[in-house]
Amino acid sequence: MTLRGKAARVAFQEVTKAFGEVVAVNGVSFTVDPGTLVTLLGPSGCGKTTTLRMIAGLEMATSGRILIGDQDVTQLPATDRDVSMVFQSYALFPHMTVAENVAYGLTMSGFPKPEIRERAEEGLKLVGLGGYGARLPSELSGGQQQRVAVARALVLEPAVLLFDEPLSNLDAKLRRRVREDIRELQQKLGLTSVYVTHDQEEALAVSDRIIVMRNAEIAQEGSPRDLYESPSDAFVADFIGDANLVEAHLEAVENGEAVVQIGTQKQRLPARGLAPGPVKVAIRPEAIRLVRDGANGALGASVSKATYLGSHMEYTLMTELGELFAVDPAIDEPVGEGETVTLHLARRGVTLVRS
Amino acid sequence: MISRTVGLWLAVGWLGYLVLPWYAIEYGFWAFDWITEGYPLDGESAPAILQVFTGGKPWLAPLGLALLAPLFVLRRPKNDPLFGIVLLIAGGGGLAYLLFQAFAIGLRGWEFSLLETLFGPLDTRQFGLGYGAVLVSCALLFFLTQGIAARGAIKGDVFVVGSIGLIIALVAAFVFFPVLNILTSALHDKDGAFSAGAFAARFVDQKIWGLKCLTGPYSCGVAWNSLLLAMLTGLSTTILGLAFALIATRTGFRFKRSLRVLTVLPIITPPFVIGLAVILLLGRSGAVTQFLDFAFGIPATRWIYGLPGIWFAQTLAFAPIAFLVMIGVVEGVSPSMEEAALTLRADAWKTFTTVSLPLMRPGLANAFLLGFIESLADFGNPLVLGGRFGVLSTEIFFSIVGSQYDQGRAAVLAMVLLTFTLGAFYAQRRWVGRKSYATVTGKGDSGLYAPLPKLVTGAAYGLALPWAALTFVIYVMIMVGGFVETWGRDHSLTLRHYIEAFSITTSEHGLIWSGAAWNSFWTTITIATIAAPLTATIGLLTAYVLVRQRFAGRDAFEFGTMLSFAIPGTVIGISYILAFNVPPLELTGTGVILVICFVFRNMPVGVRAGIAAMSQLDKSLDEASLTLGANTFATVRRVILPLLRPAIVAALVFSFVRAMTAISAVIFLVSANYDMATSYIIGRVENGDYGLAIAYSSTLILVMLLAITLVQLAVGERRIRRRGTAAAGSVVGQRVAR
Repeated sequence: MTLRGKAARVAFQEVTKAFGEVVAVNGVSFTVDPGTLVTLLGPSGCGKTTTLRMIAGLEMATSGRILIGDQDVTQLPATDRDVSMVFQSYALFPHMTVAENVAYGLTMSGFPKPEIRERAEEGLKLVGLGGYGARLPSELSGGQQQRVAVARALVLEPAVLLFDEPLSNLDAKLRRRVREDIRELQQKLGLTSVYVTHDQEEALAVSDRIIVMRNAEIAQEGSPRDLYESPSDAFVADFIGDANLVEAHLEAVENGEAVVQIGTQKQRLPARGLAPGPVKVAIRPEAIRLVRDGANGALGASVSKATYLGSHMEYTLMTELGELFAVDPAIDEPVGEGETVTLHLARRGVTLVRS
Repeated sequence: MISRTVGLWLAVGWLGYLVLPWYAIEYGFWAFDWITEGYPLDGESAPAILQVFTGGKPWLAPLGLALLAPLFVLRRPKNDPLFGIVLLIAGGGGLAYLLFQAFAIGLRGWEFSLLETLFGPLDTRQFGLGYGAVLVSCALLFFLTQGIAARGAIKGDVFVVGSIGLIIALVAAFVFFPVLNILTSALHDKDGAFSAGAFAARFVDQKIWGLKCLTGPYSCGVAWNSLLLAMLTGLSTTILGLAFALIATRTGFRFKRSLRVLTVLPIITPPFVIGLAVILLLGRSGAVTQFLDFAFGIPATRWIYGLPGIWFAQTLAFAPIAFLVMIGVVEGVSPSMEEAALTLRADAWKTFTTVSLPLMRPGLANAFLLGFIESLADFGNPLVLGGRFGVLSTEIFFSIVGSQYDQGRAAVLAMVLLTFTLGAFYAQRRWVGRKSYATVTGKGDSGLYAPLPKLVTGAAYGLALPWAALTFVIYVMIMVGGFVETWGRDHSLTLRHYIEAFSITTSEHGLIWSGAAWNSFWTTITIATIAAPLTATIGLLTAYVLVRQRFAGRDAFEFGTMLSFAIPGTVIGISYILAFNVPPLELTGTGVILVICFVFRNMPVGVRAGIAAMSQLDKSLDEASLTLGANTFATVRRVILPLLRPAIVAALVFSFVRAMTAISAVIFLVSANYDMATSYIIGRVENGDYGLAIAYSSTLILVMLLAITLVQLAVGERRIRRRGTAAAGSVVGQRVAR
């Protein structure tokens, strides 16, 4: 037999969750398409985990509706929802063997014994742990434990699979491996998944779509490329990747192109629907090029700190726009601290955002 | 789809209403003679339905309606609003009505004159509630909780709401109701008429508050006596505890492990046994007294009877508890704090006085309050050693068992004592409990403790070692005392006392347990064996609800369940007599009341053990189980309970042992049929029969050691490699007031 997800759609309609006075999630609406992986991304306390737990049924919405597939599950407790979850702490039952852990949900759902065994074996094979069934969780490494937790969730063929910061207890090297495994498995089985993380790189790597949350609300929603290349506001620009946020003035808009005064420089950028007036420009660190003996009239800067990082140089620059942070792959001719340079802004990586 | 839970409780309710005797059977809970003696038509054993039609008790009829109503919603889905409302009304209304009729109609007909004028006099009467009434009450209670759950409380979780409801009902019935009874008793005069004056007169009694001892050769009021004694004991136990803890954790003392043995002793020693041993040592014919008389011609006096003796015995008995608390406190001071102080050029003495000691301050206050409460609640030692020095706990006893027989006075004294202990309990929780500098974080806190200043080490050794030696001597006395003919007069060795207590003879009818102690011994074992699992169950259930669930009124719930911690045993004893001597809950003289008493006195131990252990289980384990399709009950059974094994063992052992060693509440509740070991021993002591008393006590101590070892072996180790949970010690450290 082969395991497959049932791939249902998940929909939030104006969902609010309040803990007493504190509003953790405020009137949030979104849809997760069947078979896609959507990431909830945001700083701690933004409401992403509460949102995830409401899908699981571990928290009950204060108002609004939650749909899984065509069913309204708003009032349904976790036990009765067709949802599985992978926990940050793995939450493997320490008194049961790996096989018993994986079989737990199947036993609870009343599957016949032979099928339970078959499915549990299948699930363990799927995560590359065939033959580990008789061990105790404490006899496995962290990465292996996490994969058991994934298998335990998978074998129920849930309509939605939830991940609550599944990689945060793993070391950096392992994190990349496991996240690739999770993504591969999700795509192979066509699972609808919702994934919570505060690590933007992880979010970019695994997601079909990303929902960035801030202060209990959705800040922006879109594909990883959308979010990186056209962040809607300063918060998203800063949260997804690094960005230097610089005050600027939008002079005029011509054919969707804006003429922007940045310090003493004029620059043409996609207008993105903004009207003339004060704006902010998000400049990615890799969009700043350092040029020795540059042309007059260009943006001047003095290097206050230069750090060698193997694959690239990192610079802290003092300019008329304030302090800027730049990343330069040219490591063979590094600029020394205290030198003056001129700065060129690349076309890609410089974005107008609402201030 | 039929709601299975509703169906189950309907069946239980109908069984109680139609089949089982409604009223309590006179010959006790386990007597089943009624089956052959006139059941079901006899008025005493008839079920409720027959009481209505042939027994002349029509007021039981509405309960039938409350049991009929849920039938109509049995097939409705849970989220149908009607389902919840019907259950809510049937359960809540039925329960309220059941309680109302039980309290309104008693042994003399109507209990309230208002009802009598309203409905006219009643010539029938009713007895205490029996099997039937208990089952019906349970059914109604769980209808109510299922109704509440169906209305959406606690995510609609029937199991959790039911558990909370059950615990509230039990605590209300067996903690709050009796304690409230003290209040009402205090407000009634000797003839049972309501009188605020009687209360005032009793309250301002010279015997309670008098201060004559300051001005002349008279004795002060018992309230002052109790407070003075409690302060002294709190102080001495804290200092000794600190000294022991410093030696055990901060020095290179070679016998640290044997010091730790000290901590087990107070758990397995009935509290008055220390007092008894002190008499054997320092009493008029005690070993030391006789030696001093013989060697130096110092005449034997009765100085030990009174404040010095009680203080001495209590310090011996309770210092190990302070030791246990202080070990945690001293270990809680992070070595890196002391290392920081040392690198900042403080010497050993400065480091100790400016860093270590201030960090221990909340712990010291905690240990003091524990000793204070233990001393106030202690009953056995003042009884054995008090002489003319009366304290509250013994005065309560004498005002109800002696010739005085004044329930009101006992109630007033109990209120004073309760106020003291609750005050200390409150202070401990509000003022000390929250303010902890304990720096154990779970991050590997490496580093070495600073060396103790010489002066401190010297003082600790000087205090603790003689004391440890004294404790050793005391226990030797307890073990040896039973083999001596007559202490102080005839020191020849004999087995007479053991034979008198525990002889077994054979006759043509087989073995005969002819020893004098067997009766109370087996009763004690039986009662403790029944009480232990009940205590553990209800304690762990409470712990689960407290740790894992969030609901309105949770703090009040926690306070209520921990309250019996702070209620001294004598107060519980007197309140149980006042509350359960008359219908509707007529329990005095039965074994049931002893079981109930132990369950609710020891429940906080189970709660503590459960909370400590459960806090270490990550909540995501429960949640994982829930998202995998298990319901709460299955989660508790398959995930939480197996992981709680050590806590279960701890709760079982402690409730068993405490049931065996308790005296203060028990002495009020024992009866000819159900005599307990401790009260039997106290009786022997009062007759001056020290030999048998000591022999029996040492046997009890050995039996308890055996029980602890057996349970440990039987339950075994957990099958996982995780940090050990709920060390037995933490439970003991938290216990207050026997």
